[in-house]
Amino acid sequence: MTPGVQGFMYPNEVELQWSVLIVLYPYITGLVAGAFILASLSRIFNIAAVKPIYRLSLLTALAFLLVAPLPLQLHLGHPERSFEMYLTPHKTSAMAMFGFVYLWYLLAVLLTEIWLDYRGDIVRLAQSSRAPVKWIYAALTLGSYNVSPASRRIDDRVGWAVTLIGIPSAFLLHGYVGFIFGSVKANPWWSTPLMPIVFLFSAMVSGIAAVLVIYQAITRIRGREADMACLDTVAKYLFYVFIVDFSLEMLDLVHRTYESNESFRALDFMVHTRLFFSQIVLQIYLGTLLPIALLAVTQVVKLRAPVRRVLYSTAASLTLIGILAMRWNVVIGGQLFSKSFLGYTTYKMEFATREGLLPAIALMILPFPILWVLLKLLPPWEEQKAT
Amino acid sequence: MKKILRDSEHLVRLVILAAIFVAVFLIIRKAVVPAGFGKYGHYRAGALDDIRARSISFAGHEACETCHDEQAQKKAQGKHAQVACEACHGPLAAHADDPSTIKAVKPDPATLCMRCHQADSAKPKTFPQVAGDHAGGEPCGACHNPHNPAM
Amino acid sequence: MDLNRRELLVGVGKFIILSGSARAALNGDTQTYNMAEHWWGMTIDVSKCIGCGNCVRACAAENGVPKGYFRTWVERYQVNGGDIEHPQVDSPDGAFNGFPPRGPSNAKSFFVPKLCNHCVDSPCVQACPVGATFDSPDGVVLVDEKYCVGCRYCIQACPYGCRYLHPTKHTADKCSLCYHRITKGLTTACCEACPTGARKLADLKNPADPVHEFLRDNNVQVLKPYMATRAKVYYKDLDGAVR
Repeated sequence: MTPGVQGFMYPNEVELQWSVLIVLYPYITGLVAGAFILASLSRIFNIAAVKPIYRLSLLTALAFLLVAPLPLQLHLGHPERSFEMYLTPHKTSAMAMFGFVYLWYLLAVLLTEIWLDYRGDIVRLAQSSRAPVKWIYAALTLGSYNVSPASRRIDDRVGWAVTLIGIPSAFLLHGYVGFIFGSVKANPWWSTPLMPIVFLFSAMVSGIAAVLVIYQAITRIRGREADMACLDTVAKYLFYVFIVDFSLEMLDLVHRTYESNESFRALDFMVHTRLFFSQIVLQIYLGTLLPIALLAVTQVVKLRAPVRRVLYSTAASLTLIGILAMRWNVVIGGQLFSKSFLGYTTYKMEFATREGLLPAIALMILPFPILWVLLKLLPPWEEQKAT
Repeated sequence: MKKILRDSEHLVRLVILAAIFVAVFLIIRKAVVPAGFGKYGHYRAGALDDIRARSISFAGHEACETCHDEQAQKKAQGKHAQVACEACHGPLAAHADDPSTIKAVKPDPATLCMRCHQADSAKPKTFPQVAGDHAGGEPCGACHNPHNPAM
Repeated sequence: MDLNRRELLVGVGKFIILSGSARAALNGDTQTYNMAEHWWGMTIDVSKCIGCGNCVRACAAENGVPKGYFRTWVERYQVNGGDIEHPQVDSPDGAFNGFPPRGPSNAKSFFVPKLCNHCVDSPCVQACPVGATFDSPDGVVLVDEKYCVGCRYCIQACPYGCRYLHPTKHTADKCSLCYHRITKGLTTACCEACPTGARKLADLKNPADPVHEFLRDNNVQVLKPYMATRAKVYYKDLDGAVR
């Protein structure tokens, strides 16, 4: 008997193909999409309360977006050939569109929006700072030092348009990841039209939670007070989006159980055994129901600011764990059962190999030093902003 | 008009930068995509030639029969008529290309015969199978010639 | 026999030409293979398979298949008491060494050889992001190992589990229907090695190929027809218990 295998698996199915790195990739792009949607609430929907975290959300999105391709590169059998996806993208493949959606989002949306918003500061810093940092700012000005009110008004209008295009672009950036899984007819755990939508809403949840945690952490590091009106609004949106996300996940579950098709028994067994801890305990109880309950308490009961802050950061941290567990359950869960529905295998995650736990942890930490550099280079806060 | 242009000059620079980026990409693409890509479909046409050029290990029974006529005749008259030579003797294209240097190895009947003829309930009922004490310890070759196994 | 010089020269010339073309025929003259004249598939007669594993070993030898990975394999099914929803299936090491013997049993049991189905509407070809796996014009689904990036999307997309990632080449790999052999007039290694004729290469464009009679005269199925892959490996006598 093959070790780790229960029942029968097609011989080539025993070894998992997509590892923890492929769990990380949708998680990271989800944080990007969610943080960006939060930023767009202020810009497009003019929700003034969230203005304080507008710039922070954009920089957080950028820090994570820069790290996003790295788990994929580490996973590829031939990362040196990955450029082929740009050269000869196969138009029938959802994955082929990745490169272009990513580049579009990075260059045409995120970097452009950040540049347009920060241009006043960039020009000021290009003139006032010293070498070598001065050269970075000088390069970012693209040689134009015009920051007259008229030019800044134009920047504002164009930036608004970019944010507007950015919202469907963010949906596309993460929605297509859901489609990559959802369109695989061979895999009944993945194949559902709900997949892109569930991915998108869980992305928004994780992105909002991430900004909530990061904002609170940074204000504490800077020794300042967090803007409570902002925190309350962000937590409120987290709560609403979480309700929608949870409803969608429940819809998928109820639908599967009700229809009870050929795959149901095999999948149900898997969820109750090999996926019990990550799905039932981590994702549903600790990662969804508990944070929703905590947030519901803050919405219904009048609590003092310090108590609200603790509840927000607890709920947001649990959410982040829960959404990571969700990605795990989709990616790894989809490979633990046999397509013959007669058996199960085990994921043997290694530690210090190219696709092991160690690089996964390193990649999850990496966005933070990058964010730190971005915050130093392009400080987001009002008191330092040029008029 | 001039004022608008002056105030949006930085945007023009951005657009030019984007255009340069696209142009560089297109140039790289032209240079790097393999020749023949797209000739028959969305793939490198040279792949078909690469695959066809792979080396062959099994010569095929027709190649064996050009030289080993006697064994072929004997086999054609018995129950093993449809069993190809290399099904028992293993891959021998190297031997067919250079018969004097590379020799075939005679397979061991004990393991070889049992692979097919060991009784198993999943085998077709009409297929000749033996179990346990069929030969009383005697080797298969004591009674059966592998090329024509009739007693 | 008295030969004048002319007859001698003509005779030697004929000999040279004939032996040269005989050599070419034996080596396989690739110049004469026209892709448009062929549409490849395979027929498998389940009632003839004896589970000897010759096909698995022959494929591994012909194609350098790494140990523990399978371009083809054989499954043994046992259906107890007519319960086709819960067959007992095993495939020890893909049947590379055949199957360990079992005692006599009254349950229905049989062997099913499996391989890439070379689907016409192949989900693996659809999924490949770069064009490294493709349908050849003569109906064989192939992998370009010089172009594959190793993303493994095709392996996820295959409903039949016939693909794997080559452990040293780091590219996707699978049955190539011995394309390097069939384009030279030979049959596949698995069909060559099959002692009972359960597996037979089929050329659907060849009117003389026995596949037409096979499809007409027998009850045939493909694996997982609801996946709508238009598989081209046709099974005769495939039981409902087969997954």
